[in-house]
Amino acid sequence: MSAGLSLAHEPNSGVPHGKLAMWIFLASEIMFFSGFFGAFIVLRNSNIEMFSHSAGELNSYYALLNTAVLIGSSLTMALSILNLQRGNNKNFQLFLGLTIVCGFIFLIVKTIEYSTKFSHGIYPSTNVFFAFYFTMTGFHALHVILGMIPMVFMLIKSYNRGGYNKPVKVETLGLSWHFVDLVWIFLFPILYLIFPAHH
Amino acid sequence: MDTATVSLHGSAQSHDDAHSHDDHHELSFIQKYIFSTDHKVIAKQFLFVSLFFLMVGGFMAMLIRWQLAYPGQAIPLIGQYLPDTWVAAGAIQPNFYAQLLSMHGSIMIFLVIIPLAVGAFGNQCIPLMIGTDDMALPKLNMYSFWLVPPAGMIFCSGFFVEGGAAAAGWTSYPTLAPLADTGQTLWLIGLFLIGFSSIMGAVNYITTILNKRAKGMHMFRMPLTVWALFITAILIVLGTPVLASAISMQFMDQFMHTSFFMPDNLVHAKRALYSGGGQAILWQHLFWFYSHPAVYIMILPTMGIVSDVMSTFSRKPIFGYKAMIFAIMGIAFLGFIVWGHHMFQSGMNPLLGTTFMLSTIVIAVPSAIKIFNWLGTLWRGNIKFAAAHLNALAFVATFVIGGLSGVFMASAPVDIYIHDTYFIVAHIHYVLFGGSLFGIFAGIYYWFPKMFGKMLNESWGRKHFYWTFIFFNLTFYPMHILGVGGHMRRVYDPYVYDFLKHFQPMNQFISIAAFILGASQLILLFNIFWSLKYGKKAPRNPWRANTLDWAAPAQFGHGNFDMDITVYRGPYEFSHFDR
Repeated sequence: MSAGLSLAHEPNSGVPHGKLAMWIFLASEIMFFSGFFGAFIVLRNSNIEMFSHSAGELNSYYALLNTAVLIGSSLTMALSILNLQRGNNKNFQLFLGLTIVCGFIFLIVKTIEYSTKFSHGIYPSTNVFFAFYFTMTGFHALHVILGMIPMVFMLIKSYNRGGYNKPVKVETLGLSWHFVDLVWIFLFPILYLIFPAHH
Repeated sequence: MDTATVSLHGSAQSHDDAHSHDDHHELSFIQKYIFSTDHKVIAKQFLFVSLFFLMVGGFMAMLIRWQLAYPGQAIPLIGQYLPDTWVAAGAIQPNFYAQLLSMHGSIMIFLVIIPLAVGAFGNQCIPLMIGTDDMALPKLNMYSFWLVPPAGMIFCSGFFVEGGAAAAGWTSYPTLAPLADTGQTLWLIGLFLIGFSSIMGAVNYITTILNKRAKGMHMFRMPLTVWALFITAILIVLGTPVLASAISMQFMDQFMHTSFFMPDNLVHAKRALYSGGGQAILWQHLFWFYSHPAVYIMILPTMGIVSDVMSTFSRKPIFGYKAMIFAIMGIAFLGFIVWGHHMFQSGMNPLLGTTFMLSTIVIAVPSAIKIFNWLGTLWRGNIKFAAAHLNALAFVATFVIGGLSGVFMASAPVDIYIHDTYFIVAHIHYVLFGGSLFGIFAGIYYWFPKMFGKMLNESWGRKHFYWTFIFFNLTFYPMHILGVGGHMRRVYDPYVYDFLKHFQPMNQFISIAAFILGASQLILLFNIFWSLKYGKKAPRNPWRANTLDWAAPAQFGHGNFDMDITVYRGPYEFSHFDR
């Protein structure tokens, strides 16, 4: 931009570009997961027996632990944003670090779950329920990983002199992190909690 | 600075701009032309990549037409040079034919029309027309372009792997598709990347339009091209991810042998790999949930372009500006609830079929509003038949024909008869070639001076138009007759059926027209490259248009405008003495 020109102006909507783009992208993400959820509903209705029996083979305690971990990470994420906005870089680092740790715990539990399934001879091709289980949780885990990468970069940058100084970026990332959390809140009941009482 | 510029759309107060972009820091060649974040450069990249794929896809169409006219005969000139897996003694093989028509459709839709209409013109027009310096997120914009060339390469590389390219049609229906070879997998990966690129672009467009409009540029002062692209971007953001999830599931079906789309009663050599329990029709629902809105993704931007071109060359404000916007919104909304009309023959509940039939026919209402308003714009206008305007007029004419044949197919009882025949082929080409591509040509002729700073040769442009328009109709109109006569689409050799034997002369007529149609496109390419080098230098506003993009200098670096912009009125007010 050259001198004397002032095309740059406040965003018309009052929301910073990156944050607005993230909201729109999240709408897109909702549709992405809706594709899976819609397919799940259709195929569950035509295979109710198979779905509920297979669901009984999942370990809902691991999933409960993961639910707690993810909800906790949403809290720490929110706290890290709050602290950054208040200029408390040290607490920002603490809570962002905790968020990353929660992400790791989630992925480790997920890995344990997957490997137990594999050792029992259960693969995505076993039946349609496990096809959904591996595909949906797999895409969800991918989103967790993709959310953690920028977090690590932000954490590293926050050790520079002056700390990290882009609260809007953290807030935008936080939006996506809460979304990933929310997807899990839907995945948890439909995959783990619907099975016959005698299991 | 001429007076014309000052009163353009916005009131533009020029700064003394002789040296205003001197302090623009120097960028290396790679930053400036390859990994550029300037929306104008990205628009050109989209334009050239898509024009390249237009030639590739068009060439495939020529091969298809050769086979239908002269089945089993060696392809002249090039037949002998093609590999044995494609041709035998120079004649096209059945599996290669299936690959050709699948890839022709896929390339034309995903690598030509969508990147041209949305990628090229979206990037070129949105920031300029709303009076801002660039997209809201320029880097994201660059990424969205740079996914396309690798995706296109992965897409087409299927031709060179064992088993050949994707051959299950551009719709890739299971159970056929997941049981196919590597080419189909490459098709899925390529498509996923293209979809991701589209979504990134669309997120950027929406953000830019919501956030970066110039002072005074209210939403209802935006040109129709921007409105059309805005609504299109919403369709992309909400539709494409559903295709992405469907593609992911089909990829899993191929790669991990899951059974999302694999039913219990599958009979196939690979049956043992699959547990069954899936539904093949589920794919159709998910696929068409995206791919029906996708036809509006392909047509809406060109509707916007045509509106702007038509208004400028009729020297009249667009008739019913707000009605046009609400019609676009109506089409977009209805576009999401009509996908089932592609599946009347798939074994759907007849009641559901009726619902989809009604919602589909209702789309005729907003479409008719648009046609009426275009005619209203032309009415008693001071019409100038420039190449851009001729293409825009052709858009309206052929879109009416394509739209009317659409109503035939929308009514389930008629569709039972013409389903999967050349009537469908005629329809899609009337809306996608006759509609979208003529709209895109109009856009190219209209904005070329702004994009490249050179005028396109007008006389060559008109020649290109007349040849294209005449031979387009000679090619695709007879296909309606073929279809009603029962000529199936996607058929390798129609003449093995006795009842189609008498269609061979008509097929030969169509093919000859198609070859001339294909050759006519070389005029456009020649014109583009000739004008880039020898074309007349373009003034700021060669068409005396009224929208804000023409207030920008013909060639300008990153940043677009050499003046402050305040908008005081709508985009089509030609009443100024100078306009």
